[in-house]
Amino acid sequence: MSLFTHRFSLIGGNMIDMTLQQQVNALAHETIQLCYHCHKCTAGCPVAQDMLHGPDILLRMVQLGQKQAALTSPDIWLCAGCETCGARCPNDIDIAHVMDALRQIAVAEGVKPAVPNVKRFHDIFLTVVGLTGEMHEAGLMGAYELLSGDLFKDPSIMALAANLFVKGKVPVIPQFSKNRDRVKRVLEMTRRQGDKVTR
Amino acid sequence: MRKVGVFICHCGINIAGSVDVDKVAEDLKSYPGVAFATTYKYTCSDPGQQIIKDAIKEHGLDGVVVAACSPAMHETTFRRTAASAGMNPYLLECANIREQCSWVHQSDKARATDKAFYTIQSMVEKVKRNEALDPLSLPLTKKAMVIGGGIAGISAALDIADAGYPVILVEKSDHLGGKMANLSGTYLNFTGAPDLLHRRIDRVLNHPKLEVKVKAEVEQVDGYVGNFKATVRTDGQTQAFDVGAVVAATGYQSYPQSRLPEYGGGTIPDVIDGLTFEAMLAPGAKVQRPSDGKTPREVVFVQCAGSRDPEHGVPYCSKVCCMYTAKQAMLFKERVPHGQAYVFYIDIRSAGRGYDEYVQRAMTEARALYLRGKVSKIFQDGDKVIVWGSDTLSNRAVEIAADLVVLATPMAAPEGAKELAQRLHISTDADGFYNEAHPKLRPVESLTAGIFLAGAGQGPKDIPETVSQAGAAAAKVLQLFSHDEMKAEPTIAQVIPELCAACGLCVKACPYGARQIDEILEVATVNPELCQACGACAAACPNKASVVRNWTPTQILFMADVLV
Repeated sequence: MSLFTHRFSLIGGNMIDMTLQQQVNALAHETIQLCYHCHKCTAGCPVAQDMLHGPDILLRMVQLGQKQAALTSPDIWLCAGCETCGARCPNDIDIAHVMDALRQIAVAEGVKPAVPNVKRFHDIFLTVVGLTGEMHEAGLMGAYELLSGDLFKDPSIMALAANLFVKGKVPVIPQFSKNRDRVKRVLEMTRRQGDKVTR
Repeated sequence: MRKVGVFICHCGINIAGSVDVDKVAEDLKSYPGVAFATTYKYTCSDPGQQIIKDAIKEHGLDGVVVAACSPAMHETTFRRTAASAGMNPYLLECANIREQCSWVHQSDKARATDKAFYTIQSMVEKVKRNEALDPLSLPLTKKAMVIGGGIAGISAALDIADAGYPVILVEKSDHLGGKMANLSGTYLNFTGAPDLLHRRIDRVLNHPKLEVKVKAEVEQVDGYVGNFKATVRTDGQTQAFDVGAVVAATGYQSYPQSRLPEYGGGTIPDVIDGLTFEAMLAPGAKVQRPSDGKTPREVVFVQCAGSRDPEHGVPYCSKVCCMYTAKQAMLFKERVPHGQAYVFYIDIRSAGRGYDEYVQRAMTEARALYLRGKVSKIFQDGDKVIVWGSDTLSNRAVEIAADLVVLATPMAAPEGAKELAQRLHISTDADGFYNEAHPKLRPVESLTAGIFLAGAGQGPKDIPETVSQAGAAAAKVLQLFSHDEMKAEPTIAQVIPELCAACGLCVKACPYGARQIDEILEVATVNPELCQACGACAAACPNKASVVRNWTPTQILFMADVLV
């Protein structure tokens, strides 16, 4: 519930929701109020040039409760999770974790991902893990290609896939782990934990 | 005939690199009046000084020329050396053959050597005619006056009084404690400022060596260090005090917020300044909107409301606002737990031990939202106060409908500061803050000997700095009082009474006010405290009755004769 029924908004524009910061802090176990915007994270982010805002500005949007802008930003999906930002932040804020939290909130609130293929890849990956208890690359690639049309567009990836296949590194028949049920339980428990905070 | 010893310093290669010191020494040995000449690598060192002492004793020297660096460096050192060997220190002179010779003529060694020779020669001529003098002793009143009864004045007064010297503390208002008495608490440790202060005020009021005058103003301070005469006016009555030192601790005042019309200062009732909000945060007081007495939920703090703003006449930073705003945001959150504080800033200046961590607490614990941008406009809208500001970190303009706005207005010099400074014979800068003798190395002395500075009167600062500065000023006073009398250099102007016609030209010529005409004796007199030996009187006197000791016209003419 927003306590701010009074006006705190962008001039001539949207209302600002201060609870987003609290939600993100709870999910990511961070204290993002500590960010003083030195931009060190953005300066070292390997995918910053492809992002719309960059990790620092995105964090500012969360601090200011600009919920719509943050959740519909492509940045949260483009984040590679390399943790360079978190390793370098002088205030020890793990921005990659914050990105993850924002992804969770976006999914929970039904916000259409700005980079749909990234979400697709996540979903397919977790489905394969849920089904087999381990990873089946051929299945992952096949399903991803069917649903996204992405892979076959890039000849170099196809060449690499073909090379690995010929060397027998990409089994066609999936292997089923004997701990499949346990893995499934882990996935369910994690999902429930996440739901508790996002809902 | 004087027996002058000449000691030429190599100064390593500083002098010897350009000047052939051995040749100069050799050539001087045969100069009339020179009984002894030698060179040494570093004359200012212990062995170097020993050579001078030994030579004085062995050769019975009654004049010494040390040809080395500038007298500003080591004249005092060498004069002490001479005194310890039993020779009058004023029979020793320094000839500068470094700064004004070897250092500036490095490319022409032959001429540098010549110049050094003539420089030393001229100094020998002077020393041959120097008088043996004794330092002057001047009386000293071991009583101090502290102007201003705020934390600076109180601290300085206690430090001096605790050392056993009487102090008179003059305070303009009717109570002690200054602005600190109005604070809710201090930042960093939140201890009730009133408690801290009351203990000190109690000590001041009960101290056997401290006399306190409230509702009192200093009308004039005349005289000179060790011998000031201060007139204080209380309730229309004036009283004169003889004091040896003065500490100016007159503090600051808040910049009037009516000079910030774009922020509604002075017109919108719910726009107040930092000190006003302080009063609301004091224990037992209520945080409420001035307009309707309701508890404000959303409070906007505007930092740099006037400071760092040449257009508003305040180009400087007031130093304390970033810290006290964080404090006020935290105290506000304690009082109004469901409230929200917003702080508009352009920088956060929290330099000091634990300061930055303190501001971070306002952001994390009190959840104050810090927005980086200067507030452009504040206006009334119904019962809300609208603040138009900006957040440069997200590159957006922000609007907040606030219940209360607190402006961190500048710390300004108090009204009448410039006039008071004139009455004390000290100077202020364009903003009205007292000028210190040297911004880095002499922060508590004014340019007038015996008048010291402490607290915000010398520039915006917070309580820890004020207390430090007050202690430093007190130490300077105690330094002054630690002697039984004051020593002054005797090489000042003197009047030859037989030649003086009491025409008064020297009085007009003296820039230091050191000359007077004694009307009974009908002769001019020199005030040894104020005379700076500039020689203006000597030049002005038509009868050559005014002479600077050891810089007589005869001496100067003989020196010129060598050089020209």
